[in-house]
Amino acid sequence: MKSYEFIEASLSDGIALIELNRPAQYNALNRTMVREIVDAVESFDRNEEVRVIVLTGKGRAFSAGADIDEMAGDDPVRLELLNQFADWDRLSFIKKPIIGAVKGYVFGGGFELALNCDLLIAASGTEFSFPEVNLGVMPGAGGTQRLTKIVGRTKALEWLWSGSRIHAETAIQHGLINRIVSPELLMEETMKMAKQIAVQAPLAIRLIKDSVNKAVDYSLYEGMQYERKNFYLLFASEDQKEGMTAFIEKRKPDFKGR
Amino acid sequence: MYETITYLINNGAAWITLNRPNTLNAFVSKMNQEITHAIKTASASDEVRAIVITGAGRGFCSGQDLSEVDEHMDHGEVLRKHYGPMIKQIYQCEKPIIAAVNGVAAGAGFSLALACDFRLMSDRASFLNAFVHIGLIPDSGNSYFLTRLVGEARALEISVLGEKIKAEQALSLGLATKVFPADHFEAEVQQFTERIASMPTKAVGLIKRTIKAAGNTSFQDYLEEEAQGQRIAGLTKDHREGVQAFIEKRKPVFVGK
Repeated sequence: MKSYEFIEASLSDGIALIELNRPAQYNALNRTMVREIVDAVESFDRNEEVRVIVLTGKGRAFSAGADIDEMAGDDPVRLELLNQFADWDRLSFIKKPIIGAVKGYVFGGGFELALNCDLLIAASGTEFSFPEVNLGVMPGAGGTQRLTKIVGRTKALEWLWSGSRIHAETAIQHGLINRIVSPELLMEETMKMAKQIAVQAPLAIRLIKDSVNKAVDYSLYEGMQYERKNFYLLFASEDQKEGMTAFIEKRKPDFKGR
Repeated sequence: MYETITYLINNGAAWITLNRPNTLNAFVSKMNQEITHAIKTASASDEVRAIVITGAGRGFCSGQDLSEVDEHMDHGEVLRKHYGPMIKQIYQCEKPIIAAVNGVAAGAGFSLALACDFRLMSDRASFLNAFVHIGLIPDSGNSYFLTRLVGEARALEISVLGEKIKAEQALSLGLATKVFPADHFEAEVQQFTERIASMPTKAVGLIKRTIKAAGNTSFQDYLEEEAQGQRIAGLTKDHREGVQAFIEKRKPVFVGK
């Protein structure tokens, strides 16, 4: 496994784990760290042994946001040339399921990173927030877009304008997160969910993600056509034969990802 | 380090003593902040396995210091800024909190006692939901806790009539855990605290968590909360010690982990 400066990456039983590793800074994201996260996610996405990717933070917080010191002196030209958000864009091309296990503070860039996950499990007491407005700026890594797609413009504007903290209970009511669990069991419960997905046919999991993502951007008509093609495509897989044969033979399927 | 309270750790218990005896320990915003801070500190401290809140002098707490109230005061903001955070800190605390009600607990002082897990009362102590007498409503979590303790009908009587509730009456209403004679109140509180502080602290915290869930979630969610709580408790040293002691027919020695 490649070693990184600001994150830790490991793999066990088909489940890849990426841990943000700047606990003393509540895992504040600097540019190198974002690149490391994206590199790790991409390499797991290409690794045939990996079926699910889990993303979490070491210490008390998932991530308290971007490293402000790093950007305080930036100007528009430098930002344009730096094109840092291109790294974030790469996260949207990941084909495998990403489960975020979040806790403590999920703020700013940390919240945007969480919104890039497919499923989110939060420890009770977790707080989400976009505090950028308090610094005279706004989210730049997809926050205004992804949040709005999930909760609608009414709540998105309220939260983005006020910078207020969104408690896990509120987040779950608005469909931002999937589950709230006891803090002590965050990783255990996350891994259980990861394992449930890891035993499914990987190609089906993959094309479901692909199709659901299209529902965000496409018209219903185009989305339906797209879904149909993916459905047909799965009938070219060995796992479809295995799945249906196992069902008829009343046994558990053994999916190979082919 | 504190001005309006004292904070002391003794035998695994944190003692928070409201210390404005000349006013029967009336609340000023500084006292809200200091209690909040003390509860936070005790919650995070590994050596603390029980928290006691009591009052110096004759009273437990007489509620808001009315000399701080003027016509420009925004009562809602005072609650949001000072009382709310204090009560929330108590509510979120997963260590057992004992209110040692040594004397009168009136207004927000009554609310403070209600927010605790146990209310030990001196037979000379009393509760008074005094808010209505100055044209206000019970605050600082008062109606939330009171309703859960005695039901809506009783809560309404206590809050609207605003009558003094003596210790014995508090006991029969279920508002007091125990009542002790004033003469040996301190010794009894000490003994009760030591008992609580020697319990399996993590399990006690999880019991608090589960009981809160029981009042605030659906049955389905409650069952899940219970399963997670038992999973966590099942991993503690104290659980192993409890089982081992049972097998060996001896008293368990819990360490709170």
